[in-house]
Amino acid sequence: MELVLVILIGVLYASGIFMLLRRSMVKLLIGLILLGNGANLLIFLLGGITKGKPPVIDNAAKLFTDIYADPIPQALILTAIVISFGIQSFAIVLLKRVYVLVNSDDLDDLNTPEEEDI
Amino acid sequence: MLIAVLAGLIVSILYIPFGKYLRGRLAILVALLPITLFAYFISFIPAIQDGRHVHSHHPWVPSLGINFDFHLDGLSLLFSLLITGVGSLVFLYAAPYLKGHRYLDRFYGYLSLFMAAMLGVVLADNVLLLFIFWELTSISSFFLIGFNNGNGASRKSSLIALGVTGGGGFLLMAGLILMGHLSGSYSIQEMLGSNEFLKSHTLYGLILILVFAGAFTKSAQFPFHFWLPGAMKAPTPVSAYLHSATMVKAGIYLLARLQPVLGGTDYWMYPLVVIGGITMLYSAFHSIFRTDLKSILAYSTIAALGMLVFLIGIGTAESLLAASVFILVHALYKASLFLTAGVIDHETGTRDVTQLSGLRKVLMPLSVAGILAALSSAGLPLTFGFIGKDLIYEATLQTTGFWMIALTTLALLTNGLLLCAGFMAGIKPFTGNLPDSFAQVHLPNGLMWGAPLLLAILGIILGCAPWLVDDALLNPAAYVMHQSAIDSPLKIWHGFNLVLLLSGVTLALGTLLYIVRKPSAASLASIERYNNLAPKHIIGSLARYARKISIRYTRTLHNGYLRVYLLRIIIFAILLLAFRLFTGGPIKLTFDTLSPISIYEVVVVGILIAAIYITVTAPSRLTAVVATSVIGYCICLLFVFYSAPDLAMTQFTIDTLTVVLFVLVLFRLPPFLNFANRGVRIRDGIVASAFGLVIALVAIQVLNQPVDGTVSKFYGDNAYLLAKGKNVVNVILVDFRGLDTMFEIVVLSIAAVGVVSLLKLRLKASEKE
Repeated sequence: MELVLVILIGVLYASGIFMLLRRSMVKLLIGLILLGNGANLLIFLLGGITKGKPPVIDNAAKLFTDIYADPIPQALILTAIVISFGIQSFAIVLLKRVYVLVNSDDLDDLNTPEEEDI
Repeated sequence: MLIAVLAGLIVSILYIPFGKYLRGRLAILVALLPITLFAYFISFIPAIQDGRHVHSHHPWVPSLGINFDFHLDGLSLLFSLLITGVGSLVFLYAAPYLKGHRYLDRFYGYLSLFMAAMLGVVLADNVLLLFIFWELTSISSFFLIGFNNGNGASRKSSLIALGVTGGGGFLLMAGLILMGHLSGSYSIQEMLGSNEFLKSHTLYGLILILVFAGAFTKSAQFPFHFWLPGAMKAPTPVSAYLHSATMVKAGIYLLARLQPVLGGTDYWMYPLVVIGGITMLYSAFHSIFRTDLKSILAYSTIAALGMLVFLIGIGTAESLLAASVFILVHALYKASLFLTAGVIDHETGTRDVTQLSGLRKVLMPLSVAGILAALSSAGLPLTFGFIGKDLIYEATLQTTGFWMIALTTLALLTNGLLLCAGFMAGIKPFTGNLPDSFAQVHLPNGLMWGAPLLLAILGIILGCAPWLVDDALLNPAAYVMHQSAIDSPLKIWHGFNLVLLLSGVTLALGTLLYIVRKPSAASLASIERYNNLAPKHIIGSLARYARKISIRYTRTLHNGYLRVYLLRIIIFAILLLAFRLFTGGPIKLTFDTLSPISIYEVVVVGILIAAIYITVTAPSRLTAVVATSVIGYCICLLFVFYSAPDLAMTQFTIDTLTVVLFVLVLFRLPPFLNFANRGVRIRDGIVASAFGLVIALVAIQVLNQPVDGTVSKFYGDNAYLLAKGKNVVNVILVDFRGLDTMFEIVVLSIAAVGVVSLLKLRLKASEKE
């Protein structure tokens, strides 16, 4: 199964990068989301995958009695998801604002004019 | 001694708050500093005469070998007295010269800074300390050349001067560090002990190139001489002080100081003799074509500096003694001529020698100064210049064979030309008929004509009584360079011999030239035709080309297109990672440790890939956003499969929120535009796929590494025992790493504030542009 996930991560990264390289700002944003998902999965995979053993201690016990999934990647990813939401929401609103002002979705329209004589 | 050096720095800082009080008559007070220092250094003469040295040590950055180590010996003393002595006169002279100038306080600030830096150069024993002061002199010179900052030519000249001397300083630093590294000590006195080792080292050649580069740029040697005539844009007191008597001699000082460490080999001697020789002949020749008083003096200063380099290069006892005498001779008469030229400029408003004449009738004391200085520069008997000139000829005659003839001829020609230049600057303005336009010219403040007169008279006194300085000052200085006693007292009269004959020939040649050549605009134009071949032009166009190339380079690299930057960064990352993967050995896969594949997982991944495909290719924004949310939910399912319920919940919530926000905010946007053509899409596709592949390969490589579970085990074992929680992920977030989570919340709040304010922001129509 790890191999399938590896392929998935590769596809997520590739599509994310492809979208990042577009001129449209919305596509850029979607690229960012895809890339973030890819990165999360990568971290998750590298921690090792375990089926059906969440890192939660049984009600009756004080310690784990069985094997359990690695909690550290999960904690990291949780943080990453939340932070990336912060970025995404800010970027979405910013994008809207830019669209209202410039009336364009094209990144090239945002370039400041080149200074001719430096 | 530390205080003596730092006093100038402290005083220059004090000008910032108190400078404005100095504009009036109090300006004389500023000269107290150099005069005090002059007296202080005079007090060392007896000790130096007895062959004792003064050393002081204060740690600064001992771990890097940088300390305030000062060492006063004959050579340092000679320079220190020049710096403070000429400095005192220049400080006094500048007060009336720049009277009422807006930036007088600033001027004295720079001047004090310069004096401190220059004292630091000649007293420092630590080469890194020397370098710091060396650069400070370049910087203060930059400010002083550009002192009239309203004048474009002034600013340009100061930039050129800083560029040339700063560039040389950079190379010098490399050379000094190399020397210090090889010899194991940054102290010049300690380097003396390892001079044989340095000279036989394979890097000796490189050290010489670097040190020469520093000295030649600072002391305006061909082909770096061109900054010095430009530096004449500075106020005249500055030209007299920095660009003739002291700063430009820093390079000479460095060569003299390192002569016992690095000198004595052919590699040392030939470059110095050749470059010094070219410089002195080239600029002496140029000096007689100039019509601007300061230009004449500038070129003759370069010639004198060339002469000094040349004498140090010869490296015999006689030549080194000649060098130390000539340093003093030149400082006295050249500073005097410069100050004279300054008064002429100040009173008549012109520096054009073709117009100046007959000024003796109105500026009597000044004409005495000018003529005496010119005679000293000509080397007439009973002037100090005569003694200097004699020693130069004695030094060249000491060599043998071809060299003797070549060097003596070279010295003869240069001296003849310099004599003519000296007469033009010192005698021409005062002789002849007084034009009517100058009839109203009157003598300025006594300080202004007193300073050059004092220097010129000193030149005559020392010429008549050289015993005043030879044991006290000049022999100890030459001793430092030669490292053995030089027992040849300076004599006023050597008797009738070849040297006297040569002096006579020089005098005849120069006087003849002076009578025959009349400086004129036409002859200046005739030599300016060759400006295209001059080093200034060549180096200047090199600098322009470098600028063009860097502009083009910047434009290409920094073209303002975000995706181009991204593309470059990603390609670079791909290459870097691919290189590491390639050199890291073959990629192995161990199938037995992998978990088995079940059908529902494959289905989810299948949906995922389909959703990604739709996202990338979707023609409308809404489709793309919905497909993105499908990706998010599928990943959420994967988290559920692989024992991460917290992640699944978070991902679910966040994904829903993102989609809602997207749709709410962006529903009014136009459909996707396809800006890129097919070629660009294929290119981006290839780059993106390559990146995905590299990441996948990295992931496979990491999967082969064993996972270190100690930290996870710690959290698992202690989640309940220490933190009384059973969900380990939650415990990590809110307890073990609670502070991190708090900052995460802060970040989110900032984002939320940003979102709200962007949504609420109502721009006025005028601000929309």
